[in-house]
Amino acid sequence: MSTPADASSGSRPGLRVSVDLNLCQAYAQCCYAAPRHFRIEGHEALFYDPAPAAEHRADIERARVACPVQAIRVEDPGQDA
Amino acid sequence: MAPVFERAVVVGAGLAALRGAEAMREAGFAGPLTIVGAEPCRPYDRPPLSKHVLAGTVPAEATTLPSALGPDVDWRLGSPAVSLDRVGRTVRLADGRTLPYDRLLIATGTRARPWPNPHEGRLAGVFTLRGRDDAAALRRALAARPKRVLVIGGGFIGCEVASLCRQLGLPVTLVEPGPTPLARVLGRTVGAFIGAIHAGHGVEMRCGAEVEWLEDADGRLVRAHLVDGTRIDADVAVVALGAVRNTEWLDGSGLSSDPGGIDCDGAGYVLDADGRPDRHIAAAGDVARFPHPLYDDRRVVLEHWSQAVAQGIHAGRLLVGATPERPYGELPTFWSTQGKLVVKSAGLTEGADAVAITQGDPAAGRFVALYGREGRCIAAVAVDSARWLPAHADLVAARAPFPPGGTATDRPKGVAVFEPGFA
Repeated sequence: MSTPADASSGSRPGLRVSVDLNLCQAYAQCCYAAPRHFRIEGHEALFYDPAPAAEHRADIERARVACPVQAIRVEDPGQDA
Repeated sequence: MAPVFERAVVVGAGLAALRGAEAMREAGFAGPLTIVGAEPCRPYDRPPLSKHVLAGTVPAEATTLPSALGPDVDWRLGSPAVSLDRVGRTVRLADGRTLPYDRLLIATGTRARPWPNPHEGRLAGVFTLRGRDDAAALRRALAARPKRVLVIGGGFIGCEVASLCRQLGLPVTLVEPGPTPLARVLGRTVGAFIGAIHAGHGVEMRCGAEVEWLEDADGRLVRAHLVDGTRIDADVAVVALGAVRNTEWLDGSGLSSDPGGIDCDGAGYVLDADGRPDRHIAAAGDVARFPHPLYDDRRVVLEHWSQAVAQGIHAGRLLVGATPERPYGELPTFWSTQGKLVVKSAGLTEGADAVAITQGDPAAGRFVALYGREGRCIAAVAVDSARWLPAHADLVAARAPFPPGGTATDRPKGVAVFEPGFA
C-alpha cells in the first residue's frame, strides 16, 4: 500500500481506483500484480490504494486485467495528456 | 432518445448521481448536464472512509471516484438544492440560483442520524461518520490514541468502526440496545455469531444497553452514562445510529416523499402525492423508495453501494429514453469489511422465518447463512465465505425452495435450521 506522500509525488496526475467489493472474491491476483497497492488481510478483506501515483500505472493496469471477476475500475487522467 | 437541446439536472453528487450522469452521456445524451452537490467536492467513494481512511492508510481526499464524465458537465458544488418547482421545472439552490431542467435525477442520499441531544452531539470527541470530512476528523481523533472509544449503535457502521479500533490497538466498547449487534438486519442468531467474532478480537460488547447521556469536562467528552446506571469512561464516541434521508428539500413539491424516502414507480419515475408518475423526474440510490419485484413489490429503500450504481445507471438511462420502461429489480447485495472480517449479503432478510447454516461453521468464524420465508429462499449472508455467495444468490434470485435440497458439501448430516431471531 503506498503512502499519502507517494500519491502526491510525480508530475502527472494520479490514478483513481475503485473496487466493487461485492464482486471481489479474494483471488488476490491484484496483490501479486501490484503488491504495493493491493493487499488481503485475514481470509478475504481486500484493502487497496484508491489514489496511486501515476508512475505505478503499469502495475495498476496489470492488477485490473488480472482480476478474475473484473472488479477493479481505474481512471487515468494522464492517459490522454 | 431525448432531443439534444433538453437540459438534464442531477441533484446529489454521490455514487448514484455520478453513475446516473455517466449513463446519460453513455446513452448518447449530449445536452446541457448540471450536477448539484451539497459538499464542495467531486463524488467520492464512501466504503473506504470507515476502513482505509480511519486506519490512516489513505487520506480522505484520495477517495474521489473514478469517472467517465468529460469536461462537458456543469458542476454546482457546495450549495445544496433547497426546493423543487415541478410546474416551472426548476430547482432552486441554497445560494439563490435557479436551474431549469427537462430531465431531473434525484440522488440526494442520506446523512448520519445525529445524537438526539444536540448539545452533547457537538461535544469535542463526539463524531458521526457519513462524509469525507467526518472520516478525516475521526481519523485525527483516533490517531491521537484515545484511552477508550465508545461506539453507539451496533449496525454495520458501528461494527466496522469498533473492529477497526481493535486493529489500531485501541480499547473500544460497543453499546447496542438490541440483543446482539446487527440484529435488525441479520437477526439475533447470525448477529450473535458475528458479535462473538468481534468480542474475540477484544471489542467490549454491551448489548441490551443504552446510552442515556454524555458527560463532558470543559466541552470535551469524558464518559457516557447508561440507562442501567453504569458509566463508560471514553474520550471518543462514534454515534452510529443509522441515516436520515435527504428529502426535506422536496417539501412543497407535490411529490410523495417523507423522511423514509421518495416514492418511485417500478420503472424509477418519482410519484406525486396522488401516486402518479412524473416522467421528467427519476430517483436513485439511498433516497429512492421503490417496489421490488423480487419481494412481491414491497416498497424498499436500500442504502447499498451496488444499489447506488445499478439504480443510478437505470435511472440515468430511463431519463434519456434509453431503457425500456420495465421494473428495476436488481438483486440487493452489499458487503461490510469489519476489521479483517468480510460480511457479504444477497437479497433482503426482512420477514425471514428461518435461517440455515449451509456452509462452514459459525464457531470457526466462517459460514454462510441462508434465510427463508414461507418455504422460499429470500437472502444469504456470507461471513468470510465470499466464494459461496454467488451460488446462494442464485437460489435467492430464483426464490428456490427453503431449506434447499440436498446437503452441503461439508455437512453430510444435513443443514441445521434455526429461528432467525427478528424482533
